[in-house]
Amino acid sequence: MTTPHTLFEKVWDSHVVHREHGQPDLLYVDLHLVHEVTSPQAFEGLRVAGRPVRRPDRTVATVDHNVPTWSRSLPVRDEIARTQIEALRRNVAEFKIPFYDMDSPHQGIVHVIGPEMGYTRPGMTIVCGDSHTSTHGAFGALAFGIGTSQVEHVLATQCLSTPKPKTLLIDVKGALPTGVTAKDLILGIIGIIGVDGAQGYVIEYAGEAIRSLSMEGRMTVCNMSIEAGARAGMIAPDETTFSYVKGRPQAPQGKAFDAAVGLWRGLASDPGARYDRTVTIHAGDLAPTVTWGTNPGMVVPVTGKVPDPDELKSPDDREASRRALEYMGLQPGTPIKEIRLDRVFIGSCTNSRLEDLREAAKAVEGKHVHPSVRAMVVPGSTQVKLEAEREGLDKVFLDAGFEWRESGCSMCLGMNPDILGAGERCASTSNRNFEGRQGRGGRTHLVSPSMAAAAAVAGHFVDIREWSYGGNGR
Amino acid sequence: MKPFRTVSGIALPLDRVDVDTDQIIPKQFLKRIERTGYGDFLFCDWRNRSDGTPDPTFVLNRAEYQGAPILLAGRNFGCGSSREHAAWALSDFGIRAVVAPSFADIFQSNCFQNGLLPVILADAEVRTLMSRALQTPGHEVTVDLESCRVTDKKGFEASFEVDPFRRECLLKGLDDIDLTLRNVDRIRAYEEARGAAG
Ligand code: SF4
Repeated sequence: MTTPHTLFEKVWDSHVVHREHGQPDLLYVDLHLVHEVTSPQAFEGLRVAGRPVRRPDRTVATVDHNVPTWSRSLPVRDEIARTQIEALRRNVAEFKIPFYDMDSPHQGIVHVIGPEMGYTRPGMTIVCGDSHTSTHGAFGALAFGIGTSQVEHVLATQCLSTPKPKTLLIDVKGALPTGVTAKDLILGIIGIIGVDGAQGYVIEYAGEAIRSLSMEGRMTVCNMSIEAGARAGMIAPDETTFSYVKGRPQAPQGKAFDAAVGLWRGLASDPGARYDRTVTIHAGDLAPTVTWGTNPGMVVPVTGKVPDPDELKSPDDREASRRALEYMGLQPGTPIKEIRLDRVFIGSCTNSRLEDLREAAKAVEGKHVHPSVRAMVVPGSTQVKLEAEREGLDKVFLDAGFEWRESGCSMCLGMNPDILGAGERCASTSNRNFEGRQGRGGRTHLVSPSMAAAAAVAGHFVDIREWSYGGNGR
Repeated sequence: MKPFRTVSGIALPLDRVDVDTDQIIPKQFLKRIERTGYGDFLFCDWRNRSDGTPDPTFVLNRAEYQGAPILLAGRNFGCGSSREHAAWALSDFGIRAVVAPSFADIFQSNCFQNGLLPVILADAEVRTLMSRALQTPGHEVTVDLESCRVTDKKGFEASFEVDPFRRECLLKGLDDIDLTLRNVDRIRAYEEARGAAG
């Protein structure tokens, strides 16, 4: 009998180009995603050293972080952002890399377009100069973020030498209760294991609750693996995965697809495979979740209250929580549902796919955004936007008083003109509530799309399980 | 890459946990297309008050710590975004080594790419150094990569572990890409073996 292997080990081992004692494995990279912010210095490095891009055909580029989301026909007004976008245009032309520019129907957040176009497939190794590359692990790919020097390394060699991470199994038992989404699940997990709980590990998510998630939900979970410090997050591919990939433009077609599925079926972890660590989560214990502080591990159920730092054990945590509350302008003991909001952002690579927009639209249909709230929806890709418009979701949002934008990262990190003002409080479907993430002095609370949408209408957080859907509410 | 052997000098105590790369270098400075010139923006939003004037109480602004090549920090330093700009900003500011109980993975790897040494010591050891640096501003520490030890003149001594391959690369200032390109035949063979299936 052969030794049982985990999903991660199978993907890792099949990509080792060279193994030498005392050195990290040299790993082959199947797909390298490139965007405007973390690539210019890498291309410059290639030019200085006179090196070509080894496999432009395994490289794909788009613009997402900096692009304005008001209108695609206007020039980019921010001069430095424009320089960066133009630098990428020159680089992809010079090195002959496939590129989805601002006006392309396939432009979008790099982690949304990869899966959407079928570039992302089970069993692959995928890297990008962006920490949320972990998103692609939802397909049973090994996908992780790298720095700019490594971007240059992959451009030049199509390989990466990197220490082998350990494996962490997160087994989610039971089914998610009604109103509890993939976003609440991953926020709950980070709350339990901590923002450094998976440092040095690749997480494999398994269990009933994971199996019953759509691909969109799985992407949301894997996306935020990095928020628990993990190198990557992975989910074994299954029928849900195969039917998502089938027919996408870059996926194998016809017989080639069937053959690929045959291989992909073998990727799941073998029975008895060993992990370095296992954590069990009971889905039934989870509730719609809101972050109260300045990192994604500072979470509380929507029915809860802002916690009291004095009740924490470690002095480091007490100090961090005090700072967080001060920054967030919150008092311990305040019920979460009483926190009033100024802004709502529905978007980002965590929650900007069609399913997310459908969920949000359902919560606001026939209602109107609270007069003191400014709310916006930023689709994850131009395709998501077009599809949503075909379904009439744009109308639902616009009628409810939301802004309906072009696709991009937008207010997830506020590198474009979409930012929070100092002191403004925002319910956001993105992934990071760090100080200043959405604008200096801005206060971010992370939530699911339906919770964000309902909060926009109510003007404060609400428990989505008590929301009255449809009709005539304000 | 410039080699790293040993560094001695003032220790800068940043006594916070989970310091993320959005704080180390805020996003408004990521639009540049160069690798240099980020030092002035290091911890920009913590160094400056909202009216734009420097916050004299923030440790980076205090006169006693100017010129420090060693940064002391709490656990999970460098979490969040993969931006290598964080390592560039620290280097550019003059930091050569960061000592903390733990580091986020991508940040740690970015440090090694830039001749910046991340040193992991036990909680209690970092606490000792942190207290000394806070109580005696200007307190000097030595980080030695050859012997893998951190010492000070008050008798502090701790050893640290570092991946032997990364240590070698840092000590010699080796270029990663050159190293990988020595395997170009193996890369080609791998690509051919996988053929169309790859
Ligand atoms: S949406 Fe946010 S987290 Fe995702 S890639 Fe863009 S900036 Fe990064």
